[in-house]
Amino acid sequence: MKTRLTLKVNGETRDMIVPVQKTLLEVLREDLNLTGTKHGCELGECGTCTVLVDGEPVLSCLVLPIEVQGREIKTVEGMAEAGRLHPLQQAFAELGAAQCGYCTPGILLTAEALLEDNATPSRDEVKEALAGNLCRCTGYTKILDAVELAALRMRGTHA
Amino acid sequence: MKHDKFSVIGRSLPKIDAWAKVTGETKFADDLILPRMAYGKLLRSPHPHALIKRIDTARAKALPGVYAVITGLDLPRVKFGILPVSQDEEALCVDKVRMVGDAVAAVAAVDEETAERAARLIEVEYEPLKSLMSIHDSLANPDVRIHEYGDGPNIHKAVALQFGDVEAAFTGSHLVREDVFFFEGNTHLPMEQHAAVAHWGPDGKLTLWSSTQTPHYVHRLLGKILDVPQAHIRVIAAPVGGGFGGKLDPFAHEIAACRLSQLTGRPVKIALTREEVFYVHRGRHPVLMWIKTGFAADGAITGMHFRSWLDGGAYGSYGVASTFYTGALQTVTYKIPVYKFEGARIFTNKPPCGPKRGHGTPQPRFAVECQIDKAAEQLGLDPADMRRRNLAEPFTKTANHLTVSTMGLGECIDRVVEASGWREKRGKLPPGRGIGIACSSYLTGAGSAIYWNDMPHSGVVLRADRSGLVAVLCGATDIGQGSDSILAYLVAEVLGIEPKDVRVHPADTDLTPVDLGSYSSRVTLMAGNAAIQAATRLRERIFEAVAKKLEVAADALVARDRRVFVEDQEDRGVSFAEAVVLGESMHGVLAFPGSYAPPKRAGKYKGGGVGPSPCYSYSACVVEVDVDVDTGEVKPREIWIAHDVGRALNPLLVEGQVEGSIYMGLGEALMEEQVFRKGVHKAPSMLEYKSPTTLETPEIHTILVETDDPEGPFGAKEAGQGPLLPVIPAVANAVHSAVGVRIDETPISPDKVLRALDLKRQGKPARIGPDKLPLFKFPEARAVESAFGQPAEKITERPFGHQRSFAK
Repeated sequence: MKTRLTLKVNGETRDMIVPVQKTLLEVLREDLNLTGTKHGCELGECGTCTVLVDGEPVLSCLVLPIEVQGREIKTVEGMAEAGRLHPLQQAFAELGAAQCGYCTPGILLTAEALLEDNATPSRDEVKEALAGNLCRCTGYTKILDAVELAALRMRGTHA
Repeated sequence: MKHDKFSVIGRSLPKIDAWAKVTGETKFADDLILPRMAYGKLLRSPHPHALIKRIDTARAKALPGVYAVITGLDLPRVKFGILPVSQDEEALCVDKVRMVGDAVAAVAAVDEETAERAARLIEVEYEPLKSLMSIHDSLANPDVRIHEYGDGPNIHKAVALQFGDVEAAFTGSHLVREDVFFFEGNTHLPMEQHAAVAHWGPDGKLTLWSSTQTPHYVHRLLGKILDVPQAHIRVIAAPVGGGFGGKLDPFAHEIAACRLSQLTGRPVKIALTREEVFYVHRGRHPVLMWIKTGFAADGAITGMHFRSWLDGGAYGSYGVASTFYTGALQTVTYKIPVYKFEGARIFTNKPPCGPKRGHGTPQPRFAVECQIDKAAEQLGLDPADMRRRNLAEPFTKTANHLTVSTMGLGECIDRVVEASGWREKRGKLPPGRGIGIACSSYLTGAGSAIYWNDMPHSGVVLRADRSGLVAVLCGATDIGQGSDSILAYLVAEVLGIEPKDVRVHPADTDLTPVDLGSYSSRVTLMAGNAAIQAATRLRERIFEAVAKKLEVAADALVARDRRVFVEDQEDRGVSFAEAVVLGESMHGVLAFPGSYAPPKRAGKYKGGGVGPSPCYSYSACVVEVDVDVDTGEVKPREIWIAHDVGRALNPLLVEGQVEGSIYMGLGEALMEEQVFRKGVHKAPSMLEYKSPTTLETPEIHTILVETDDPEGPFGAKEAGQGPLLPVIPAVANAVHSAVGVRIDETPISPDKVLRALDLKRQGKPARIGPDKLPLFKFPEARAVESAFGQPAEKITERPFGHQRSFAK
């Protein structure tokens, strides 16, 4: 059985007809070709497939797209504006916070949501916010450093 | 780390692919979508050990949307395996399954869901056999055979080597300790599940894109087991989303995708589920170890006898190498004048173990370092001082004929002792808090290929374009460690350009010279040396042309800041792009090869090929922990590590490798375990298979020590595996320091700590660990003279014109 869907992804409105059982993750990757969103378990355990819905991190492998119609969905492809990297992306690249890079999109979006809510997070608050995102390469150290650097730079810009 | 001599080396630069990775543009294997692509699925055995009596695919084939269904009968009946000595796998089992998760059939369909439904419609009739779930089971039931080959019933490999008379050494020792340890198996858990896309073109040529760490070995294998000449097969390694050794074997899904593509005339993708990845495994072997060591009163090691029993799982994989590795590197860290090693790998009906970060060496390192801690306590010595007293000598040979070159472990120990406040803290911390130390060494690349040959282990072709761009073609595979970036830095350094002016084209068997793969910490050294050689050859030709134009001698020129000019006269020169044009005008196309093969240092005894390496890295690690005596929980507070990396080509990337190693070591020390109940994985999900999150990972202090190794590219040694090794015993030793209990078995989980604390309260020996050893007779040890203390041989002749890249 298929259903008609209208999703707003990265500021663009997209219409599609997809099987009802497809998850948001599958629709993003397979129907919208937004392959920047990765899958690590498809059971809601690893955080890899995190996207933002109205600014809040959600696990796209557990969400049915019909639930998020009419809401603002943001994937990693939507983070850079007009080719200008988000400060988090810039900091992750500069500090070596992405090794294999597979968990990176989910972590970037989770961190973006954190910094929207809390412009001056402590290291413990960053750890807490990212505790649901597994990374096997970095030992998290450079990820935490990069979030802190981005937060610092974003405060600089906004001030 | 910045060195005046260098312009790129030593700088903390972003990786060349960092921008693609932070924008989601990196195309991993499962991100490839080709027109008309079909989706494949494997049907896997639910039985740990069974005969296959019948497979009926009719219902699956009849399902609308199904393009093809295959069994092992649709593949050539050729067994394969990564090592030439262990050809024991089938992509799709025909007669017998040996583990839950063995593939028996494969489907290609219009989409993944249809493929999955079709796979469920395949009828397989099994006749279950007695399954063997442990080393004990497999040795106790020689009448039940998992394989028909090996060194005895269910014994894949049994080895015994003796380098000098250990019994005589023990007789004269002040202290002789015998200890038993168990290291539990665990798995790589890469964030990316394996995926492969095969396209068998209408011209009869096959292309496979795969998340593999070793496209060359996959290429060789496909040539062996498919009905197509290897010359018509192209293997491209997609960027790998985490490997850690888990993507080093050829896999059933790769082979099935190729055959399904041939039959359907469509590209076929097979992406594994997370559960399948747990069963595919090839991770850390569970190893039971017995170690007997003699010590002098001052703590000097007089001799060591080491025995290991490896639970290999259902197939050979890299297991023969793993077995030798459990005995190979003990001697590289500390002076061990005489040494005996006996090891056996036993088949069981569980997913096969293989290489995981540190391949076969974290287990013995755990045993050795915990035993030294116990000996230091008995001898009344500071464990840091005792280790320092035992350091292997640089530029000498070990008892088992390995050659130690540069050796920075002494400095590593001093630096972590200083940074951690070891002297102030040891024995003076509040109750429940403890501090432990351990050391290690690791290969910078295996000295032998997995198949014997005289060809390079790594090759590079470098092409300079008239625009000034330099293209690097190299078979190396970037698995996140940054190997593409390292090649760009090295080439940029030699040519005086920026890494941005270099484009790296990796891991494509049609286009790139062979690099053996991303394993054994070999790529920076081997591909790096090949890249330096190619770049040096290019530079010579360019200099020749520029020298003619400027009417100076070629050796008066330097390349720096994207220019080629007369040294100390920057205005007398040309831009790099102009230099390329001059070079191409004089010589024709500017394309140059570079090749590297490690020094041939294999000891002249059977098994001597496992352990030699161009050089070894060294690490010393101090861990401070809190142990909760009510819950048994061990919380690392801080970790200090000093790592002898030879030279940090990019300190940022080296730190990243060290931090990642520490993290993975902590997971193995405290929580990770790959365990089975009746052949079924107890925790095949990321929630149940516990691994550290941000909350469990403490602050890590990384200190890089540089020793400028003569064999390394600009002096560099490995960084990606060695730093994992000392973490696990350092944690165990810190737990003992905190609460006075010995946990001689990984992981050091709360239940074990609580049981040990109970024993302590009852006044019993406060130790948790194995006490029984298998009844097993090792073969007669082959006696080889100890080479301990002999000077390292001077290397005079090198293949392929390799020269030392940088002299101090």
